Amino acid sequence: MSKLHYLANPARFSRLSALILPWLALATILLMGTGLYLGLLDSPPDYQQGETVRIMYVHVPSAWMAMGCYSSMAIASAMALIWRHPLADLIAQESAPIGACFTAIALATGALWGQPMWGTWWVWDARLTSVLVLFFLYLGYIALVNAFDDPQRGARAGAVLALVGWINIPIIKFSVDWWNTLHQPASVSRLDAPAIHPDMLTPLLLMGLAFLLLYLVLLLLRVRSRLLERRILVLRQRKMEEWGS
Amino acid sequence: MSVLGLGGFGAVLGRDLRLAGRQGSDVLLVVGFFVLGAVLFPFAVGPDANVLARIAGGVIWVMALLAAMLSLDRLFQADYEDGSLELLVLSPLPLGFLVLAKCLAHWLTTGLPLLLAAPVLAILLNLPLDGFAALVAAMALGTPTLSLLGAVGAAVSLGARRSGVLVSLLVLPLTVPVLIFGVAAVDAAVGGYPTAPHLMLLAALFLAALPLCPWAASAALRHAVE
Repeated sequence: MSKLHYLANPARFSRLSALILPWLALATILLMGTGLYLGLLDSPPDYQQGETVRIMYVHVPSAWMAMGCYSSMAIASAMALIWRHPLADLIAQESAPIGACFTAIALATGALWGQPMWGTWWVWDARLTSVLVLFFLYLGYIALVNAFDDPQRGARAGAVLALVGWINIPIIKFSVDWWNTLHQPASVSRLDAPAIHPDMLTPLLLMGLAFLLLYLVLLLLRVRSRLLERRILVLRQRKMEEWGS
Repeated sequence: MSVLGLGGFGAVLGRDLRLAGRQGSDVLLVVGFFVLGAVLFPFAVGPDANVLARIAGGVIWVMALLAAMLSLDRLFQADYEDGSLELLVLSPLPLGFLVLAKCLAHWLTTGLPLLLAAPVLAILLNLPLDGFAALVAAMALGTPTLSLLGAVGAAVSLGARRSGVLVSLLVLPLTVPVLIFGVAAVDAAVGGYPTAPHLMLLAALFLAALPLCPWAASAALRHAVE
């Protein structure tokens, strides 16, 4: 608990995040560069799908992060509700737009891949539909948080909604196993060895890690700017009061 | 505590039912929207009996969802505005029970009328006779889940700007599973397949929502009145 509250001090958080941020950004650029080079240029084309398989190196990590962002939002929301951790609210709120973008990228790249492979931009299969629902959950959350005049109320309501909506995440994860649909089943996270050749797995995992770091970089940037925004607001109010008196 | 719980449950339920009864137009409005919306489909897609029979189950379910959304704002909004919600939250009755009573009242005044109107719509939309029992059974199992999910949406959006539109945006994505299995049950019955698996999944959704939704809604209500 003491560890948890160590970072609750915004000033301390700002200082620490300023230290971490450049290194995190550098690592993201390096990883994504390597991953993109290996994935787009160095890895072999698929024996069935040809060159279009390279869409996977963006599609799969963004789909992972679409679910990951929502889960981290739900965890942060639970922390905000239980311990009233002031930064947890910010993390949950600032994760939502990033997660919505990852979801949109996953849906768009999936459509681009589906057109040559399945012969259609979109099918109503379980995986695609549940990811679309996830996108709407993100939009609903963002709309709810911004719909209150009192930001504190918006944060609380959003936290409850994020926890309720989390139920969709296991549905997405297992939709390909529970329903026999067009989308292929999981080929990386399996109990036995992944059903994918190392030449393709390495860039995929590199890209996955790069997307995770990208999320952290964007999140830190967003939370830092929110804190600055608040400080500006407080300073401006103080100025107004000075003028008033 | 249990006597108090039951007594309070009955009191809240009775109060909400009386309130709904004295403003009977609300109930009629929801059913009217349900029927009118479904009747628009033959005009829109054409009166071909085969096409209508094919889409009848889906149309009825989607209209039921939309009609249920329409009625959600009266779940907590009026009590919130006149301050009685604060008294209800402060009462010794566990808040989850209170939400459950309100959900039951909401279901009796929206879900049940929709359920009764559905077979009439099914006749108008030319649904094959085999599908009627499945439609009614699926709606009997699915509409209480809609009331429970709706309570969460109504509770979190209390006091928000334009909360009526917002509730639909929040709740409709969560109701997708109910819609899928509800329509699947009707389609299975029409196609001559067993409907039991779909009905069981609907029952499972209901049983999962029964404890979880009042819990989440009461957490949101507490923050709304604090």
